[in-house]
Amino acid sequence: MSGASIMRQQVLSLWMAGSALDEKVIGWAFHDGTNGAGPALPDPKQPGGPPYSTGLRALQDGWMLLQSAQLIPPAPGQERENSYLEYEFIFERRVDLNDETHALDLGE
Amino acid sequence: MAPLDHRLTTRQMAEFVANGFLRFDAIVPHDINKRAIAELGVLNAGRLLPSDDLDSMRPPHSGTSLDECYPEPSVIGEYLRLPQIRGIIESLVGRSPEFDHDWVHYIPAGGTFNQPLHVDANVDSLDQTFDIQMFWFCDDVAPGEGGTRFVPGSHLARVRSSGLHRYQHIVGEQQVACAAGSVFVFHHGLWHAGQPNPGPDRWMHKVRLNPTEPQVLLWNTDDFDELQSPPTDHFFARMQSGSVAEILRSMPPWMGVTEYRNTQIQRSLLWRYLSGDDSFDVDYYLTRLEQRSSRAANSVEP
Repeated sequence: MSGASIMRQQVLSLWMAGSALDEKVIGWAFHDGTNGAGPALPDPKQPGGPPYSTGLRALQDGWMLLQSAQLIPPAPGQERENSYLEYEFIFERRVDLNDETHALDLGE
Repeated sequence: MAPLDHRLTTRQMAEFVANGFLRFDAIVPHDINKRAIAELGVLNAGRLLPSDDLDSMRPPHSGTSLDECYPEPSVIGEYLRLPQIRGIIESLVGRSPEFDHDWVHYIPAGGTFNQPLHVDANVDSLDQTFDIQMFWFCDDVAPGEGGTRFVPGSHLARVRSSGLHRYQHIVGEQQVACAAGSVFVFHHGLWHAGQPNPGPDRWMHKVRLNPTEPQVLLWNTDDFDELQSPPTDHFFARMQSGSVAEILRSMPPWMGVTEYRNTQIQRSLLWRYLSGDDSFDVDYYLTRLEQRSSRAANSVEP
C-alpha cells in the first residue's frame, strides 16, 4: 500500500481511582476512528478487566495523553456527595491507514 | 400455624443500602413464568395503541395502589401478589405502595442494541426516600447472553441520566445471569443498561413502585438488635463483627478513597432513615462532623 497519509484518530478514555496517571483504572471507553483498521486494545489480564491497569501503562503502549482531569473543589454543601467518575484521562492514538508498518502489524 | 414471614431481614436491608440491589433467584414459580410471556406480549402490544381501543390490555394508571393493579385474571398480577414478592415490597416501600409505571423489555434473539449506562428518571431529591424497581426475568438468562448490566454501589451518586453514557465499562459492573423466575430489586438510583442479546428471545418485566408511608423498620426486625451498631463502630478504632456497619463498609472495586468515604456517609444517612436511629454512623464520619463545632464551642476556657 502506498500514497498520501490517511490519518485517523483512536480515543481512549480511562477513569482512575485517584488524580494521578499511575493510579488504578476503574473505568474505560474506546472510540475507534479507524473503524477497526487500526490496532485494537490489548486483552485484559483478568476477564472483564480494563485494557491497562494504570494510565502509565497506556502511555507505555504508545497512547498520547490529550487531557487530564482538573481538580475542582466541591461546591459548598456538596463536599460529601458523589457524582460522575472524577478522574478522567483522555488519550489518543493517530493511525495512518496507509502506513505499511501498521499494515504489517495488522497482518495484512 | 402462623403464616410465613416473607419480609426481608436486617442483613438483607443493609445489603440493599450498601449495594443498591438485591437478587432473588428463581423466586417466581415456573408455571407463572411460563404463562407470563403471552401476557407480556399482549401488554407490550397494547401499551401504545390509541386510547379508545378498549379491548387492548393497558398498564395501570400511575398512582394506582399496587393492590388494585392487574386484577385477576392476570399473570402479572399473580406475580405481584405472590407472598414472597409482597414481603420484599413491604420491607422496602411499605404495605400500600403505588404503581409508578412498568415496562416490558423484550429483546429478540440476536438483538444488537447496546443501551448506554443510565439512571432512570432524573437527578433525585435530597431526602432519603426511594422507589424500587423490580426486574422480573421470566426466561433463563445464561452468562454472556446480555442480561441487564448494572453497577453495584452506584445508587447514591447524584448524576444526570445521559451523563453516564460515556462509561462503556466500569470495574466490578455485573450483567444479570439467572434462572427463569429470578427477580432483581434495584434502588431507583442504580446505574444500569440493557445489553445486546446473543441468546434466545428474552422477556423481562420492570415495575417501579413508590412508597406511601415512612420506610422505617418495615422489614422483619428479629435480627435488628443483634446487627445494629453504635456510632462508635469505627474501622480506625474499634469495630463490631457482623454489624450493619460492617455490611455498609464494603468497597466496590470502582471507587477511589474519596468516593468510598462519601459513599459510607450516604449509606449511613440512608440507614438512619430506614432504622429511625439518628445517631447511626459508620467509621465516625458523620458523628465527627456533626459534633465537633458544638463541642469546641461548649468547651471551658482554661
